[in-house]
Amino acid sequence: MSRLEECFKELKAANKKALVPFVTAGDPNGAFTLTCMHEMVKAGASIIELGVPFSDPMADGPVIQKASERALEAGMTLKGVIDIVRFFRETDQSTPVILMGYLNPIEFMGYETFVEKAAQAGVDGVLTVDIPPEESVDLLKAYDKHDIAPIFLLSPTSNEIRIKKIAAVAKGYIYYVSLKGVTGAGHLQLDDVQAKLTQIKQHTNIPVAIGFGVKNADIAANIAKIGDGVVVGSALINCITEHSDDEQQGRQAISTMLSEMRAAMDMATQ
Amino acid sequence: MPTSKQTKQSAVKNYDLPDENGHFGPYGGLFVAETLMESIEELNAAYAKYMQDPVFLAELDADLQDYVGRPSPIYHAQRLSRETGGAQIYLKREDLNHTGAHKINNTIGQALLAKRMGKTRIIAETGAGQHGVATATVAARLGLECVVYMGAEDIQRQSPNVYRMRLLGATVVPVTSGSQTLKDALNEALRDWVTNIDDTYYIIGTVAGPHPYPAMVRDFQTIIGREAREQMLAKTGALPDALVACVGGGSNAIGLFHPFIGDDDVAIYGVEAAGLGIETGKHSAPLCAGQPGVLHGNRTYLMADENGEIIETHSISAGLDYPAVGPEHSWLKDIGRAEYVNINDDEALEAFHQLTRVEGIIPALESSHAVAYATKLAKTMDKEQVILVCLSGRGDKDIFTVAKIEGIEL
Repeated sequence: MSRLEECFKELKAANKKALVPFVTAGDPNGAFTLTCMHEMVKAGASIIELGVPFSDPMADGPVIQKASERALEAGMTLKGVIDIVRFFRETDQSTPVILMGYLNPIEFMGYETFVEKAAQAGVDGVLTVDIPPEESVDLLKAYDKHDIAPIFLLSPTSNEIRIKKIAAVAKGYIYYVSLKGVTGAGHLQLDDVQAKLTQIKQHTNIPVAIGFGVKNADIAANIAKIGDGVVVGSALINCITEHSDDEQQGRQAISTMLSEMRAAMDMATQ
Repeated sequence: MPTSKQTKQSAVKNYDLPDENGHFGPYGGLFVAETLMESIEELNAAYAKYMQDPVFLAELDADLQDYVGRPSPIYHAQRLSRETGGAQIYLKREDLNHTGAHKINNTIGQALLAKRMGKTRIIAETGAGQHGVATATVAARLGLECVVYMGAEDIQRQSPNVYRMRLLGATVVPVTSGSQTLKDALNEALRDWVTNIDDTYYIIGTVAGPHPYPAMVRDFQTIIGREAREQMLAKTGALPDALVACVGGGSNAIGLFHPFIGDDDVAIYGVEAAGLGIETGKHSAPLCAGQPGVLHGNRTYLMADENGEIIETHSISAGLDYPAVGPEHSWLKDIGRAEYVNINDDEALEAFHQLTRVEGIIPALESSHAVAYATKLAKTMDKEQVILVCLSGRGDKDIFTVAKIEGIEL
């Protein structure tokens, strides 16, 4: 059983939902990210999504754009992100790690090389924002060969045909984008999310994590009642920027926010 | 990808790309986030429907004639040809269109499509401001709300066009992310689109972006080549020996080239911006000096560092200052049907002055790249041979840039 399957199985047995923090790798530097990953696990994170910085993050709002720019300025690369995962795995063999980013850095590294290196380092899944299943045939073959889960997005605008298409190839979990827009945007409507989740669940048995617009513990708790996991990104990155003069405080703020979310989510589902 | 010469020839003879998924060989395609897929499918369906609809096409034709001023003439630049020595240089006068460039051929088509689709809000990205002005113009005419994203740096460089857009009622939004130029404006427009997909139509200004944009923008721009083909036959009794057009994203170039792809005897040259020189790295020539990758929804040649991060480009002409290129050009390069060459800032500036001086036509700095290469090429050809250059835009917008370079305060 893969780390991701194991993770969701254990959570289910404990009546819990996955708490999935997203941070941009290398923001503000690689060492920060590595330490932060371990601290997030201690604070109750179930799965970690590591953002791979890209020069043109078309699907991200201003918070993650700026995080990406800071990480690139600090010299982070796709190879560097894979190295962070390798270091993380030296002491944590159980927490699944997902890479989330854009296709061009992977194109430049080469599909086979990327997937092989990622798998060796202990990456469990990859979410590439700008590649729909239609264009993914070669990449999916490489993932399959190295047991990496292809994570795909579904959105409020995904129709029945798109849901089926993605359900047919997605592994690990599906990331449901709860809002129209970019990361960090607006306010989500729980009723709409619930309705869409019901529709998605008719086509797949794999877990569905919900993200975009999760700003605090209350929202996380409400989302936990609906989906199998809660993804939080921009709100965590705000913790880093608010404490840009003190890295330790920034990490502490992230841990505090995650602990509150964890507690609120557990309260809501148990 | 074709490996033998024979395959390449058949690829040209039966040219009917892209395929149904928007692929030109390995290039093009549909590389966008799931959040945009529904809008793109909706656009695809509307585009397929209306390009077959006689009423839509008649309305488009009427607008191209009465509003844009088409057909644009072909002009034999005799003094330029004589001064150059060699082949005869003809100009396809897209600079005479309403708003001063070829861009309006596309914006008028897409805006009519947007209206048919019931969209009330138009967004666009712009670099030099030509596409922004062409979009604001058609939005004003059709009574649509218009928002134009423009890099903060470009807003500084192109203030007359910013003012024109505002006069036309458009909101110009400065983009301060990334390198604050055209590519970042495109990113920002995509973000707007995904947030406001219900009422918003995104008019991309070039043959880039996700499918169906590269094919759709091409189809609206091929009016250039279709007219030119007939006009050259009428004027000279033959097809030209060579076509020359500048390539940033490549919409005026593909508009001219496409109707000639099957004509083996017509050589095709796309001219990229070499900026300060290819060897300096400060250029905008992905076809000459880049490699394939994925950006802005399609696979194509682009400029990136070894880690795949898009790098900053340079050109004297803001309209060519883009790190990627339309995917169809990538394919035409690989199959050898078109040759992609480059012209640096100084050469373009020289051509700008030469055409102004000897023909009384002030070309856009973008088009000046094509004129510069045409004069180079003409020297290697006979007097009886003919080069057709796409004069994609007029240079009024560039007089400030040129004056500044020459130390003149306007």
